[in-house]
Amino acid sequence: MTKKITDVICPFCGTLCDDVEVVVSDDGKQLLEVYNACVIGTEKFLHSQAKDRVTRPRLRQDDGSWKEISYDDAVEYSAQMLAKAKKPMLFGWSSTNCEAQSVGNEIAELSRACCDNTAATCHGTTLIAVQDIGLPTCTLGEVKNRADRIIFWGCNPAHAHPRHMSRYSIFPRGFFTGKGQMSRKLIVVDPRVTDTAKMADVHLQVEQGRDYELLDALRVAFKGEWLPDVVAGIPAEKIREAADMMKSGRFGIIFFGMGVTQSLSKNHNIDEAIAVTKDLNEYTKFSIMPMRGHYNVTGSGEVFAWQFGFPFSVDLTRGFARYNPGDTSTIDLLVRGELDAMFTIGSDPGAHFPISAVKPIANMPSVCVDPHLTPTTGVSKLHVPVAFNGVEVGGNCYRMDNVPIDCRKVVEPPEGMLTDEQFLIKVRDRLKQLKGVA
Amino acid sequence: MANKITLNLISGRTIQQGVAIEGGKEKPLYRTAAGIIEMDESDFKKLGAWKSTNVRVTSEYGSVIVKAVETSQGPHPGLGFIPMGPWANSVISDNTYSTGMPTFKGVPVTIEVAMNEPILLGIELVQRQCGVKVG
Repeated sequence: MTKKITDVICPFCGTLCDDVEVVVSDDGKQLLEVYNACVIGTEKFLHSQAKDRVTRPRLRQDDGSWKEISYDDAVEYSAQMLAKAKKPMLFGWSSTNCEAQSVGNEIAELSRACCDNTAATCHGTTLIAVQDIGLPTCTLGEVKNRADRIIFWGCNPAHAHPRHMSRYSIFPRGFFTGKGQMSRKLIVVDPRVTDTAKMADVHLQVEQGRDYELLDALRVAFKGEWLPDVVAGIPAEKIREAADMMKSGRFGIIFFGMGVTQSLSKNHNIDEAIAVTKDLNEYTKFSIMPMRGHYNVTGSGEVFAWQFGFPFSVDLTRGFARYNPGDTSTIDLLVRGELDAMFTIGSDPGAHFPISAVKPIANMPSVCVDPHLTPTTGVSKLHVPVAFNGVEVGGNCYRMDNVPIDCRKVVEPPEGMLTDEQFLIKVRDRLKQLKGVA
Repeated sequence: MANKITLNLISGRTIQQGVAIEGGKEKPLYRTAAGIIEMDESDFKKLGAWKSTNVRVTSEYGSVIVKAVETSQGPHPGLGFIPMGPWANSVISDNTYSTGMPTFKGVPVTIEVAMNEPILLGIELVQRQCGVKVG
């Protein structure tokens, strides 16, 4: 007999869908079917069952081949690497749970490391902007029940957060939005006619990289002041149409993504988007929310901020926490050649950093803790496979609206495999011995 | 005909890329999903290339071979889109302008037909560029 487990949390994106159902074998060792999840989430659950999965740590040999080693040997390599390094980096954390992140922070303090999460390549600039001028935000529940004006700016949830629209932002029938999609107006700002833009009431096909000008023009349009004929490729009358649509709602929300955080103006784009939100609150109720990517990147920012006072790019090399993006941020440190050891967990910088920042990883002592084979494992000296978070181990995670949700364990990991947290605890304890603080 | 065109490159998520990374980055499906550049039909005409032709994408930061496919999320003439991953990151700008964030969107690139050059698998591409010895 198989068993169906309900109310499972999907550990793919920051939407953290909590209505997934999975069917497991009677002994709880095999995951057989997945219901309700999007196609990416389904793949994530099912891939944990891959027959060709690596289940034991592997150390790269001089001839380039892998040699299987025990978890204890992997702990020893990791602890020795961190104890010897002058400026190690502990990077990633966004695809693991908050419990593991907290142990990681202990390791960072013991080894006087730099530590950073994947906000470095997604919403780091958002965090800088929030520190500049604050963030008038809300929860996704409020969006579902109240929002009648939805703006997707530089994000494409149809591809990146596939169930966001059906659970929270466009289609659901909420308390004050009983007609679902009919209750809402959708504005999409994107240089491409994305699959999200195809659903929009108004699509502003902004010239790539000119979001700041368009946001500024909207602020002018709210006040009914003069605008040039065309701003950022958009005719003035279309900007006024979008501005009027925003002002006429009862509750609006701006969701924004990499289109604004990764373009040239970076944090200044977000400054301006938050200022647009502030202006709109002169006329109606408006909120703004970053579309967080990794399922627990928000949690990583929370744990960093709670324990060190800063949400990413933390430098502990002087024995206390410093934060200065550009100076203490991973990609800058790698490109400048300032790091001498790399410990990666719950992320894949090998695939998602510029190649100039990946090359140094290949030339220093490096550990990659990841259940998958990735470009990062491909350039690291030690690969430590672990149980899949959110599938084979539970733990606390934060949704994109900062709501903490406990993930559920639905299936047993292969025999003898450690979880992120178990491995990190062993590394921490060995590091304490090496540092003489046990 | 050795045409060369200039595009403004952006990268980002596609649902196919999302499925491929969860299915295994060592698999050919990852290359099929992310080892591509989505181009507007008008840019194909300027390049003088058939759809689904291998092309070399070059910027001041590097060079990579990908398959040029017609965009399904256009029109966007003058704009090229490579799904996020090692192929895009071989050519995007590492300049963070003191924010910690590289410039993944808005990188000038040139495109030229490279019909007989192979598109590498994701892990292989990174290992080769990093000079990792593989046993």
